[in-house]
Amino acid sequence: MLTNKPNAGKKSMTFQGKNVLRFAVLVFCVSFFLVGTACRYDMQDQPRYKAYKESEFFSDGKAMRDFPEGTVARGQLNENKALHTGKKENADPNAQVETTTDELGNTIVSSFPNAIEKMPINVTKETLDRGEQRYKIFCMVCHGPVGKGDGMVVRRGYPQPTTYHDDRLRNAPVGHFFDVITNGWGKMNGYASQIPVEDRWAIVAYIRALQVSQNPEIKSGEADSTDKAAEDNKNETEQTGEAETQEPAADNGGAN
Amino acid sequence: MAQLFHPGANNIAKASLVLAVILGGSAFYAYTQIARSSYLTNQYLEKQQPVQFSHRHHVGDDGIDCRYCHTSVENAASAGIPPTQTCMNCHNQLWADSPYLEPVQASFRDNKPIKWERVHDLPGYAYFNHSIHVAKGVGCSTCHGQIDNMASVYQENTLQMEWCLSCHRNPEQFIRPKSEIYNMEWSDSDLTAEERSKLKVDYKIRSRELLTSCSTCHR
Ligand code: HEC
Ligand code: HEC
Ligand code: HEC
Ligand code: HEC
Ligand code: HEC
Ligand code: HEC
Repeated sequence: MLTNKPNAGKKSMTFQGKNVLRFAVLVFCVSFFLVGTACRYDMQDQPRYKAYKESEFFSDGKAMRDFPEGTVARGQLNENKALHTGKKENADPNAQVETTTDELGNTIVSSFPNAIEKMPINVTKETLDRGEQRYKIFCMVCHGPVGKGDGMVVRRGYPQPTTYHDDRLRNAPVGHFFDVITNGWGKMNGYASQIPVEDRWAIVAYIRALQVSQNPEIKSGEADSTDKAAEDNKNETEQTGEAETQEPAADNGGAN
Repeated sequence: MAQLFHPGANNIAKASLVLAVILGGSAFYAYTQIARSSYLTNQYLEKQQPVQFSHRHHVGDDGIDCRYCHTSVENAASAGIPPTQTCMNCHNQLWADSPYLEPVQASFRDNKPIKWERVHDLPGYAYFNHSIHVAKGVGCSTCHGQIDNMASVYQENTLQMEWCLSCHRNPEQFIRPKSEIYNMEWSDSDLTAEERSKLKVDYKIRSRELLTSCSTCHR
């Protein structure tokens, strides 16, 4: 339509030039939207490690480093033997203990020559509440709500653990329970990496309270784990909490 | 010189102005919607994991607490992903020969971590911390949805800044008692507005200005 004018050729040339320019601007704008989103990625994935990131630098591929073998981090010398191992100061590594296996295939030991008898921490109501909470997170799945060995995972086919409510474990020293949580026992794995030391002692205190509350000699009547018994048990725990507070607190200085 | 354009072209010119505004507007709208779409935010995307680990079985059916596996959620920025050792607490006995668990066994044998695919991943310029949210009464399900029903984990929310701010502006709408943090069935209407406002005071939640200040999350 522009061709019937004298200088049409020239005009259409510039017109075309403008078109090219416009086209370029359009392409720029569109690609800005498209490429612009991609430009973010160097801010998005910054060259630093976040927790659990994979590393190309370390040969084991882990960005989160383990301690080199044989080193001790500041503040983790764990000098307090009673607190960190539940064992006596002058423990005898060669002490002879008799081991038997019961009908469930569990390892049974009834003398504990090296385990400490007294709680190395102060037991208060807060300790017991904490212990109850941690017991329900880490132990209840196998040992059941009151320690009878009837947790959900056992019902799904995991081998049944021993009950806490027999004379052997009722008389076992606290150090034994701490040792079981820390290093495992028979088929049970240790929980040292999942539960800090203070929480382990809190759980031990709670197990002691459970044992008292489930003991038919102290508490006549039902000892079965119905919901009601569990309720009662909770109330009792609080009472025993007060009762237990006295003794370990008094002995605290000696245990260190 | 003959007129180039027909007089009717004026109308076309005016109409095209309106059209340009409408087109531009809807293009912008489309852009914002695409940016919020699950295609770009990865919302609801289920990833192929090296092991068919199911929260529905472990949490929903077996009642294992989140903290059994995500041990650091209460005291660190990262909730923590369990090491193979944790799986072996149960699976050294249970389903030990199952082909489903072969990658777990192999990882334990060779002492090589399992390579889980990250589902939630904030960009490097945003800072997030679990411990403060758990300590101030924000439950897992508020942000992660009903994990106990998920056969494989997906992102329940967009995790965009807009989403963080929608809560940081009015945290009292979403907080709950500390005993309910791990309750997956909790709904925000389980407490009245007054009870929640009271919780906000009890938890000493700080001002909206501080919670929406840029340097809270971009540090
Ligand atoms: C994965 C299941 C499981 C979990 C979780 C678990 N245990 Fe055990 N526990 C067992 C089994 C199985 C046994 C029996 C082991 C054997 O004798 O072979 C056992 C045994 C015990 C014993 C008895 C030791 C003895 O002298 O007979 C104690 C005490 C104990 N566990 C405490 C705990 C505590 C405390 C926790 C929580 C921190 C816990 N367990 C968590 C499975 C578990
Ligand atoms: C038996 C151990 C176990 C328990 C219990 C558990 N998780 Fe997990 N969780 C895992 C593992 C393993 C992964 C990584 C694999 C995956 O994403 O499915 C994971 C992944 C997740 C993720 C996604 C992480 C990512 O990649 O972004 C979330 C969110 C999560 N868990 C929340 C929870 C919540 C909430 C609970 C409690 C209701 C819970 N988990 C209980 C083991 C567990
Ligand atoms: C506290 C015990 C426990 C822990 C810890 C545990 N599991 Fe399991 N797991 C179970 C039980 C019980 C089942 C059987 C589930 C069922 O039938 O309900 C199971 C089943 C499975 C299955 C079979 C498929 C399925 O979901 O039914 C896989 C795969 C699995 N677990 C992977 C893992 C991984 C990976 C880990 C570590 C992050 C882990 N488990 C930690 C108890 C546990
Ligand atoms: C305020 C929202 C919010 C709450 C509440 C919350 N999470 Fe998260 N979670 C996130 C975000 C955001 C990420 C991604 C973090 C990142 O990429 O750095 C995440 C990531 C995770 C991961 C992956 C590993 C990690 O830490 O990066 C796990 C596991 C997890 N959450 C578990 C939990 C559990 C268990 C709870 C309940 C105690 C919980 N979350 C509560 C927002 C939340
Ligand atoms: C459901 C509510 C909710 C959501 C969603 C939420 N937060 Fe929070 N956030 C809170 C509350 C409540 C606090 C505690 C405020 C206080 O301590 O006063 C908090 C505190 C924080 C803090 C610590 C502030 C400080 O100064 O220590 C950071 C960082 C943070 N949130 C980041 C995020 C990010 C990033 C997201 C989105 C991925 C997010 N939050 C999503 C409720 C939420
Ligand atoms: C509650 C936490 C929080 C606060 C407060 C916050 N941001 Fe963000 N911001 C985020 C998160 C999370 C993202 C990442 C969103 C995503 O991945 O899409 C983000 C992303 C961004 C981005 C990149 C957006 C994009 O799509 O590329 C910019 C720019 C930004 N924020 C600026 C700001 C400014 C400016 C302020 C202060 C007015 C601010 N932010 C306050 C959490 C926050």
